[in-house]
Amino acid sequence: MTVPPRETVAFEDAPPRAAAVFHPTTRQLVIGAAVLAALAAPFVFKSFVVFQLTLVMVYGLAILGLNLLTGFNGQFSLGHSAFYGIGAYTAAILMDRLDVAYYWTLPFAGAVCFVSGFLFGLPALRLQGLYLALATFALATAMPQILKFQPLEPLTGGVQGIVILKPDPPASVPLDADQWLYYFTLAVLLVMFAGAANLVKSRTGRAIMAIRDHPIAAASMGINTALYKTLTFGVSAFYTGVAGALGAIAVQFVAPDSFTFLLSVSLLVGLVVGGVGSIPGSLFGGVFVLFVPNIAERVSTGLAGAIYGVILLLVIFVMPSGAAGFARRAVARLTRAVGPERSSR
Amino acid sequence: MELVLQQVLAGLATGAIYAAMALAVVMIYQAIDHLNFAQGEMAMFSTFLAWQMIQWGWPYWAAFVAAVALSFLGGVAIDRILFRPINNAPILSQLAAFIALYSILNSSAGEIWDFNIKTFPSPFGMTPLFGERLISTHEAGMIGVTLAMLALLYFFFRGSRLGLAMRAAATNPESARLVGIRVGWMIALGWGMSAAVGAVAGMLIAPIVFLEPNMMLGVLLYGFAGAVLGGLSSPGGAVAGGFAVGVIENLAGTFIPYVGRELKLTIALVLIVAVLMVRPTGIFGRAVVSRV
Repeated sequence: MTVPPRETVAFEDAPPRAAAVFHPTTRQLVIGAAVLAALAAPFVFKSFVVFQLTLVMVYGLAILGLNLLTGFNGQFSLGHSAFYGIGAYTAAILMDRLDVAYYWTLPFAGAVCFVSGFLFGLPALRLQGLYLALATFALATAMPQILKFQPLEPLTGGVQGIVILKPDPPASVPLDADQWLYYFTLAVLLVMFAGAANLVKSRTGRAIMAIRDHPIAAASMGINTALYKTLTFGVSAFYTGVAGALGAIAVQFVAPDSFTFLLSVSLLVGLVVGGVGSIPGSLFGGVFVLFVPNIAERVSTGLAGAIYGVILLLVIFVMPSGAAGFARRAVARLTRAVGPERSSR
Repeated sequence: MELVLQQVLAGLATGAIYAAMALAVVMIYQAIDHLNFAQGEMAMFSTFLAWQMIQWGWPYWAAFVAAVALSFLGGVAIDRILFRPINNAPILSQLAAFIALYSILNSSAGEIWDFNIKTFPSPFGMTPLFGERLISTHEAGMIGVTLAMLALLYFFFRGSRLGLAMRAAATNPESARLVGIRVGWMIALGWGMSAAVGAVAGMLIAPIVFLEPNMMLGVLLYGFAGAVLGGLSSPGGAVAGGFAVGVIENLAGTFIPYVGRELKLTIALVLIVAVLMVRPTGIFGRAVVSRV
């Protein structure tokens, strides 16, 4: 991401303190405020809303996974519903068949998805753009069919899927099951978002983005493009897989038809609306994916799809580079408006 | 051997559906350089328009011509109204706009004409060809129309001034603009033509899959697969790819024991991906060489 010129302007024209208000501390303040609001939410809202917010976080995490691949590495995927499904099924099978505690299913689901993502990344190395889209689309189409596949039925439960029990909070915690699951998801979310932010800032992250910006230049600088691309595929699948496991625990049910190509499309829409290549934007994408179809449904049942489409179009017209790009531009404009005013005083 | 022949024939019959759609897909790809996810819904909407006119008592061919003309205008309008303003938005945002368009068309068609399946007449009749049940006169006619459209498009792009201008606008917009080609209108024309081709495809497909708002979902995906397999830069390749997908799907379902029937779609897609591993730009596609 390029750094907007606002900083230099602010430093030259305004006293350093005024500039500091708008630079890194603002970001930290916003994050802090968001976390506090998130912590307070379960005590403010009804339990159904708390459940919906949990799902927002789950989708946000899945979109973050897609974002790492598409936004930061430039690889296009229509197959993330498959990784979400693998994660969900891993969690459900572990909990239902093997009586594993719900929190242990997350690392397993992540690991399984990391390996499948890495392996899928190998053939994907040959393909680019739309051809990669087709290959990942094949993965998305295959997944429900494989989950329904007769010989695997003892494991996957076939068309019926698997019902799992909602985890109870520990006896010492005075929360109901929805609230507990909310906090559990929030904790996982914070850890994984922080992890992604650090990954992107690191040397590895720069290599990943260099491949996106110019693969040939990246290779000639000594970056092992094949390795980084497949690893990014793995990490991306890891994130989406953990989200899938959390989603399965929250919804208490997995079935093959929840993980179709349409889920991939939803995640893609969330990615675009939140902002391609923006980590906090992914969470906004989660909000859009969960709430907008509901809003459209409430306006008109028959035309719900049309209203959803119109809202989506309006969002794209207003924010062509997603919520993150919109916020960046708004902040830049505000600083520009405020900066000169202060210096003139 | 006879079974193979029969299955290949049946595969060609289904493949004709995919080939017709693949042609529309390549058409728009030539003009705007990416896939239009709403293509199938646009074709579906055109077919509903034709159906409505037939319901009003219009003769088949009048409705056919009117629907193609309306679709052409509709395609141009969609480009000018919806996509021109976001011309400079990132590709993924445009992709989301396609998804929005898909959703709007699908839901409005459901609201206007409801979700019950409707029969759509065929100009060729539905009787079996050569007394074989595997391929009907309609399917044979459909293969013929698809090939005719392909030939027409080939001569349009190779032989006419306008076709040359459209190709120039697609390959190198800046240079095309410098020699006086109105690139924006060429793109709009590409939209219109792909909508028209899609309308023809929709009206040919409707007698087989029946008319309803979701009729195009599967067809479009196979059409994409066919177009990508054949190579997005080659209309002839796309048609061949469409037929190939139909044949592969049928043969996989018949001859791969045990898993074939249940997973035939998966197997077809895996085979396509395997082909792409060897030829990453499709069988007939040209590799894009980029200057560093």
